Amino acid sequence: MTATQVRPADDAPASSPPGLGPLELARWAWRQLTSMRVALFLLFLLAVVAVPGSIVPQREANPLAASDWAQRNPGLLPWAERLGLFDVYSTPWFSAVYLLLMISLVGCILPRIRQHARALRTTPPAAPRRLDRMPGHRSWTSEAPPQQVLDAAEQALRRRRFRVQRGPDSRAAPAASVGEALAAERGYLKETGNLLFHISLVLVLVAVAVGSLFGYRGTVLVVQGSGFANSPIQYDGLTAGTAFDVGDLPPFALTVDSFDMSFVPSGPAMGTPEEFVARVSLQRTPGAPVEQREIRVNSPLAVDGTLVHLLNPGYAPQVTVRDGAGEVVFTGAVPFLPQDQVFTSTGVVKVPQADAPDLGLQGIFLPTGIIGANGPESLFAGLANPVLVVNGWQGDLGLDDGVVQSIYRLDTEGMTQLVEDGEPFRAALEPGQSAQLPDGAGSVTFDGVTTWVNLQVSRNAGKEVALAGALLAVVGLLPTLFVRRRRVWVRVRVATEQGPAQGSVDSAADETTDAATGHRRQPPAGPVTVIEVAGLDRVESGDDLAAELADLQAAIEKGTG
Amino acid sequence: MTTDTAAYLSNVLVDAAMIVWAVALAAMAADAAFAPVRATREPVAVGAGGTGTGAPTGAAEGTGPADADGDEATPATTRWWGVGRGTFVLGTVLLGVAVVLRGLAAERVPWANMYEFAITGSFLVAVAFVLLSRRYDLRALALWVTGLLLLTLGLAVTVLYVPAGPLVPALRSPWLVIHVAAATLAAALFTIAMVASALYLVRDVADRRGAGGRFVSRLPSAAALDRLAYRVTAFGFPVWTFAVIAGAIWAEYAWGRYWGWDPKETWSLITWIVYAAYLHARTTVGWRGRRAAIVSLVAYSTLLFNFFGVNIAFVGLHSYGGV
Repeated sequence: MTATQVRPADDAPASSPPGLGPLELARWAWRQLTSMRVALFLLFLLAVVAVPGSIVPQREANPLAASDWAQRNPGLLPWAERLGLFDVYSTPWFSAVYLLLMISLVGCILPRIRQHARALRTTPPAAPRRLDRMPGHRSWTSEAPPQQVLDAAEQALRRRRFRVQRGPDSRAAPAASVGEALAAERGYLKETGNLLFHISLVLVLVAVAVGSLFGYRGTVLVVQGSGFANSPIQYDGLTAGTAFDVGDLPPFALTVDSFDMSFVPSGPAMGTPEEFVARVSLQRTPGAPVEQREIRVNSPLAVDGTLVHLLNPGYAPQVTVRDGAGEVVFTGAVPFLPQDQVFTSTGVVKVPQADAPDLGLQGIFLPTGIIGANGPESLFAGLANPVLVVNGWQGDLGLDDGVVQSIYRLDTEGMTQLVEDGEPFRAALEPGQSAQLPDGAGSVTFDGVTTWVNLQVSRNAGKEVALAGALLAVVGLLPTLFVRRRRVWVRVRVATEQGPAQGSVDSAADETTDAATGHRRQPPAGPVTVIEVAGLDRVESGDDLAAELADLQAAIEKGTG
Repeated sequence: MTTDTAAYLSNVLVDAAMIVWAVALAAMAADAAFAPVRATREPVAVGAGGTGTGAPTGAAEGTGPADADGDEATPATTRWWGVGRGTFVLGTVLLGVAVVLRGLAAERVPWANMYEFAITGSFLVAVAFVLLSRRYDLRALALWVTGLLLLTLGLAVTVLYVPAGPLVPALRSPWLVIHVAAATLAAALFTIAMVASALYLVRDVADRRGAGGRFVSRLPSAAALDRLAYRVTAFGFPVWTFAVIAGAIWAEYAWGRYWGWDPKETWSLITWIVYAAYLHARTTVGWRGRRAAIVSLVAYSTLLFNFFGVNIAFVGLHSYGGV
């Protein structure tokens, strides 16, 4: 991530195609694609192309919101469809960016793995000629013989977890007497972590891509007291990867014995959900014993590799409709869709009739209802005073047209609204109450209310691999960001006379020239070892480099007594 | 102490922290206004930063030991600075108590809605700032950080406030503690990095023009600001990565898929990508310094949008908590 100078175009930015040959062109394109600048550009591009999918509701994540958006923006709809704005994350243009980025990533890390493997085997580079030109540099003299100094330096550096290489000092300035030098390097873990991070990212992307081929997600709306068998025909919606096979579905059957919703009844947080819990009877395979289980939000039911989740809940008023002759033409619980926080819910009852005009009822269900100045209104999401408000339509429901209809909406095109005393018919019913429909069309009874819940059955294949990749990426990230790759050199030589440098002064350059051109002022007071240490950080020069060199000097001085 | 008392005291203490921080802000402003402009400061700043007119900021790397943060010329201060620092720490303590009381009042971790996120996040920013101040000379940043924190708290108590209450079932999970705590910590760190990057740009422009007023001359060198922004971001990035991963794990438990392109998920990925771009940019020739700082600001703006814009503008699974 940070050691990026190995990306090729940083060394030699290829600004134009060098030739027209297909091979050269391909090579040029490859160099461009794997260069840091293009990778940066692709990163930004990926961020930008991800934005539309957060603005336009996505079909897979939120199909209701998507169709709602489509209805509100009819003018944009053709373009939204053409550009795939409802499925941004599987469009060619989004995939193109992320595939290019992935190729760029792989193209970058492959050569770096090779380079790093080589770097791990080879020794640290020999001391450069001019150590005083390094970002960190110290020099001093010692009475200790050179070998002893180098021994102490080697020991100190190894203790600091440097990899150390000692050898003849081939690159020393010609004027200086040839001595021995020591090269050391530390922080290989930085690049190891860096590579691990990037490889792990590829692993995550592959796991997500391959997993989506095998994964599936089905939703099914279940009214309290009923159940479903785990097969695609029972689902209200199913999204599955291309490699999904119906035979992959575990053959369980599940009945929702009860689904309870409770809400905070009073206080400042009144009305917020307190608990949603479904108690279910599970049969893993046909004929298997029935198990009693609970499903809560955040606590799904796991069945043989699939998870069963609670999604959105709602109320289902139980309604009975009788025709003009008093015969029951409909009875049952009708799931209503909540419209707000207090579960004001809407729904319809469709009663096709063979020998009379079809009946359609539009209802608003209020768990704690009042009929105020603004019409029917719910005050609380709990069932304190359930009220069902209905109006009625007569005519042709259009169910025979073969067009798929929403079960939550009434298509009133072929119907006329029932009218009573010149006003549209409307009745507000409490449980147990009935109302006569106008014109002898029949009656409607509000028997009571039950609950429904949307259950989601899903399997996300490859999630374990994706998680492992993501965690490895974090593990790789830490040394990448916090380990410092540092090189240190130590050079010793024996001065034939007393050098000018006493103590630690940054004046090695002066010293060498002095040693080369100096006059013999005094007879030598014995051999003196001139020691130079220098340091270089490979990526980011750290402000602790000077401190580390000072510590090194102290350690050497201590080690040489 | 009943939960109602705790909730009430928490609200009072948030107000108190705001008042104390307002005093801190005034004192810091007074310090900035009355502190003498020291003559020694200019040459040191130029020499340390290596960013004299025309010199690109890339030269910041490798300027050697003289560039160590501790060696920055410390701007002269007045006794107002002492007042500002003291009241800032006091306000931080008050806010810390307010956050703890809020948690006690709601009988859960105090980061389950935007109000709580704002007060807890502000507290973390303040703590991170106090801690970083021990290592770096951040006096020039203090005024701006304090102002930003006051603005956030003001927004929290006016727009975002919701009474303390139990968690909705969707949030009742141990992952709330892990996921949101990591996200809040990362956001706090990114906030400090953003202030450093913004001041870097101010300092950089002033250095290029070879001029700078009283305010600019009090700033740390461009190189030091750049390095501070990088280090804090480098610390925040793995934390943010972890927050996204923890969110994915939670999503698998809560919604049955670990990644579903919910607007919040999408924007946290966008934030992650842009911060990754910042870390890359900082080591890329031609992108160091000014451009990297701009990328850092862009990244922070995506973060802000993720926390506020996504909840308000889009409908998604993360829409809860009152706003």
